[in-house]
Amino acid sequence: MTADDLHEFTLVVNGRPRELRVPARRLLSDALRHDLGLTGTHVGCEHGVCGCCTVLLDGEPVRSCLAFAVSVAGHEVTTVEGLAGPDGTLHPVQQAFAECHGLQCGFCTPGFVMAVCGLLADQPEPTEEQALEGISGNLCRCTGYQNILRAVHRAAELLAEQGDRP
Amino acid sequence: MKPPPFTYHAPTTVEEAVDVLAEVGEDGKVLAGGQSLIPLLNFRLAAPEHLVDVNGIGALDRIALDDDVVRVSAGVRHARLERHQAVYAACPLLRQALVHVAHPVVRNRGTVCGSIAHADPAGELTAVLVLLDGTVHLAAQRAGQLARRDVPGSDFFRGVFEADVGADELVEAVTFPRLPARAGSAFVEVARRHGDYAVCGAGATVQLDERGRIAAARLAFISVGPVPVAVDLTELLAGAAPARVRLEAVAEQARAAVRPGSDLHASAEYRRHLAGVLAARALQEAVADARDRRDRRREP
Ligand SMILES: Cc1cc2nc3c(=O)[nH]c(=O)nc-3n(C[C@H](O)[C@H](O)[C@H](O)COP(=O)(O)OP(=O)(O)OC[C@H]3O[C@@H](n4cnc5c(N)ncnc54)[C@H](O)[C@@H]3O)c2cc1C
Ligand code: FES
Ligand code: FES
Repeated sequence: MTADDLHEFTLVVNGRPRELRVPARRLLSDALRHDLGLTGTHVGCEHGVCGCCTVLLDGEPVRSCLAFAVSVAGHEVTTVEGLAGPDGTLHPVQQAFAECHGLQCGFCTPGFVMAVCGLLADQPEPTEEQALEGISGNLCRCTGYQNILRAVHRAAELLAEQGDRP
Repeated sequence: MKPPPFTYHAPTTVEEAVDVLAEVGEDGKVLAGGQSLIPLLNFRLAAPEHLVDVNGIGALDRIALDDDVVRVSAGVRHARLERHQAVYAACPLLRQALVHVAHPVVRNRGTVCGSIAHADPAGELTAVLVLLDGTVHLAAQRAGQLARRDVPGSDFFRGVFEADVGADELVEAVTFPRLPARAGSAFVEVARRHGDYAVCGAGATVQLDERGRIAAARLAFISVGPVPVAVDLTELLAGAAPARVRLEAVAEQARAAVRPGSDLHASAEYRRHLAGVLAARALQEAVADARDRRDRRREP
């Protein structure tokens, strides 16, 4: 086995098994974007600081720029493309961002949305402090964060109304 | 940037892992949570020829408690240890320190043993290991056999990103002693932004006697030297009622012990000042924690 070898494995992405044939050094973020064409996962810094690339790995938010695709072979990955219904109905977290004006340019939004899904799965009724802590690892250059915080609470409300889990 | 090419190994047992590590020697690196190593690869600051991914070793995914210690194996992620109620009851300093490690999303992937092996002078868990005098359990292949050795926490760190772990060795687990009765702990820090590496951080443990006076007290600091700096306050404080402690004397002892450097984030002088401030704060919080735990134990 050498560094140029391609690894063949399956990732379960948004509920569907997807075959990959990539070198070991392929980051999960790049596997999603380049190999699977799922460009909803954004890439900002590639060193874990900005949070744009956040996806759910087995239901928990992680940085996809800080994992090798081969290292999570066989696991379940959820990206922002996996949230809306088949008819395009927004997921409650997405709807809350739209209602609360929690995005402007949208570059950071997929990462925030995935981080908030993870947060609300853990804490369905977050306090202000928990909401702040939950999004503290994501950077946004546009909104000033206040509307994103409002969106976290609104999303919690919407999910509670629907008796849903994120 | 993108990481440089490497040959990937995915052992499923500790035996397999140490065999590969022995084979690749200095050209290999363990990949755990990747939250420190992958940024280094993406920046091209490191280019190991082989990566030995330990995420697939099921046997390492364990937290074990016995009468004396909490044992955390190499697969355990920060977030899992942080949320573990029995661990919090046995060794509160772990959660008290873990909440300062990066952000929740990073803690979902980073490992406790990885933080220790990485030996970052700003890593909170390095101070926890030294303060509690835990033990690092290493595994390697020697003459075709799996061989293990233990290193006391207080001897483990050697320098900036340097620890007593060979290129062919795996940190298999780390153990932390339980907090004794009538003791308490705390971890406090100052960072430029919440979740950033600390400009200075301090952990404290305090042992009270039956009358609520201080029997022993220790501090450990991060980001003020190449390795965590431990300070024993027992001589200064033994027998003192907590309310009577001269916090200025505590701060003075802390400032004298640390060896901070200057960088982009803070001057050496400011870090030394913080060591004094945080020493007093950590000590007071640890006393409060000891009383809290005593009161909770008394409740029926
Ligand atoms: C944005 C961001 C902020 C952060 N902030 C902080 C912070 O405030 N405080 C902090 O402490 N950390 C911080 N970290 C780092 C994080 O805690 C890492 O998870 C941790 O330092 C390393 O653990 P890991 O499991 O990710 O190790 P890896 O990144 O996989 O490995 C790190 C190093 O340790 C070695 N190693 C790992 N596991 C073992 C093992 N079992 N045996 C032998 N060698 C091993 C690797 O070979 C490598 O050299 C931050 C990270 C990011 C991305
Ligand atoms: S691109 Fe992954 S955290 Fe910035
Ligand atoms: S909306 Fe533009 S970066 Fe957040």
